[in-house]
Amino acid sequence: MIVLDGVTKRFGDRTVLKGVDLAVARGEVLCLIGGSGSGKSTILRCINGLERHDAGTITVGGIRVDDQGLPAIRRRVAMVFQRFNLFPHRTVLDNVIESPVHVHREPVEQARARAIELLARVDMADHAHSLPSALSGGQQQRVGIARALALRPEAILFDEPTSALDPERVGEVLRVMRELAQDGMTMLIVTHEIDFAREVADRVAFVDQGVIAETGAAADVLTAPQQARTAQFLARVLHRNG
Amino acid sequence: MIDFLNDAHAFLPMLLRGLLVTLELTVCALSLSLALGVVWVVMGRAGFAPWRWISRSVITVVRGIPIIVQLFFIYFVLPDWGLDLPPFVAGVMGLGLAYSVYQAENIRGGIGAVDKGLVEAGEALGMNRVTLWRRVILPLGLRHALPSIGNTMVMLLKDTSIASTITIAELTREGQLLAISTFKNGSVYALIALLYLAASLPLGALVKTLERKGRLA
Ligand SMILES: Nc1ncnc2c1ncn2[C@@H]1O[C@H](COP(=O)(O)OP(=O)(O)OP(=O)(O)O)[C@@H](O)[C@H]1O
Ligand SMILES: [Mg+2]
Repeated sequence: MIVLDGVTKRFGDRTVLKGVDLAVARGEVLCLIGGSGSGKSTILRCINGLERHDAGTITVGGIRVDDQGLPAIRRRVAMVFQRFNLFPHRTVLDNVIESPVHVHREPVEQARARAIELLARVDMADHAHSLPSALSGGQQQRVGIARALALRPEAILFDEPTSALDPERVGEVLRVMRELAQDGMTMLIVTHEIDFAREVADRVAFVDQGVIAETGAAADVLTAPQQARTAQFLARVLHRNG
Repeated sequence: MIDFLNDAHAFLPMLLRGLLVTLELTVCALSLSLALGVVWVVMGRAGFAPWRWISRSVITVVRGIPIIVQLFFIYFVLPDWGLDLPPFVAGVMGLGLAYSVYQAENIRGGIGAVDKGLVEAGEALGMNRVTLWRRVILPLGLRHALPSIGNTMVMLLKDTSIASTITIAELTREGQLLAISTFKNGSVYALIALLYLAASLPLGALVKTLERKGRLA
């Protein structure tokens, strides 16, 4: 479904992606783990064209990520951000119908009805008419997921969806993501939640210094990593998480 | 004091009529200045170089010419070229144009304060450039720019007095006419000053509120 082949990305004279090869199958949940600055966010951002990669190819459902393909890609791939990035001047409901109505020209009534369903799915229907600023981080992120689902995406990219949350709010977001995974959504998730990855991910890829250093079944990579640097990283993260 | 109150009683009806025109002029010129300001900013960021060039030239030229000269140009010179505008329309156009360059500056600042993440959220949702500007960048940018737009509006309110020079019966001109016909300069100009204050103080308070809100958001 999502295939990266030899993808490189430079910022100025720094090469932050040095030939990334990665494939996410339809219905698969793949977690990207790795240290700060290793290039995890950049990988996601290249997939939906928020950053333009310099070399290699990225395809989503067979469509190449380039100027021509980008509109089609952005229909198929949604993104959930670390800092939610809800539009602060629109209500929860209006955030969710923003893309259906104002990008894809769906009739408003139909989009609203669906948005309410999506909000119910993330347990936020009661807050449809609130402004994002009135919500907790966990609530905002669940709205962010509903807004992503409103695109009817074939895959969702999550960039550390729980990193900006108070610890007691993490669970409610992970629960929603777990349900999405069970429903068969294709998900590419950057996360430091190792336990969540172990439980939900089909595969885990460890990113180090701009390459995929190791990839494999979640249970294998997380419990018996083949590479020393993966083991080191896991030891650090697990130690920090207590 | 009694004299002043008597004068006030006699002059206020006419001055209030002038104040109404002043307010109308302010609102109309403000709207035009904002619309043009948005145009200069959007053109200034266009991919097509001539648009950017036009935007920059207009801003440089308009900024470099006194407002009164711009008004005279529109009111006295354009008729020679076949464009004969009523005074009020000429006043709105002149003030709107002159103030559009300040508004462009305000709006540019506001847009610069828009969270990049929100623009990326719009892009990720599939918005093209036009939709992104219409749905995200402009509404949020204008919100951030509200305090400075409010300040500019107070200046504009006071500068509408320049329109008295092209026969618009706004507050200053009505006052001048009264002063000339009654010789009561003291009372008349004191009343004019009070009326401008009465109109601009609430605006100033509004700006303060907006600034407070802006900080909270
Ligand atoms: N727009 C940019 N301009 C310049 N350098 C950038 C830009 N975006 C990212 N980088 C650099 O690229 C490298 C990879 O960044 P990236 O955000 O992908 O890392 P990450 O793995 O997501 O890290 P983190 O866990 O901290 O989010 C970092 O060194 C970062 O400083
Ligand atoms: Mg990151």
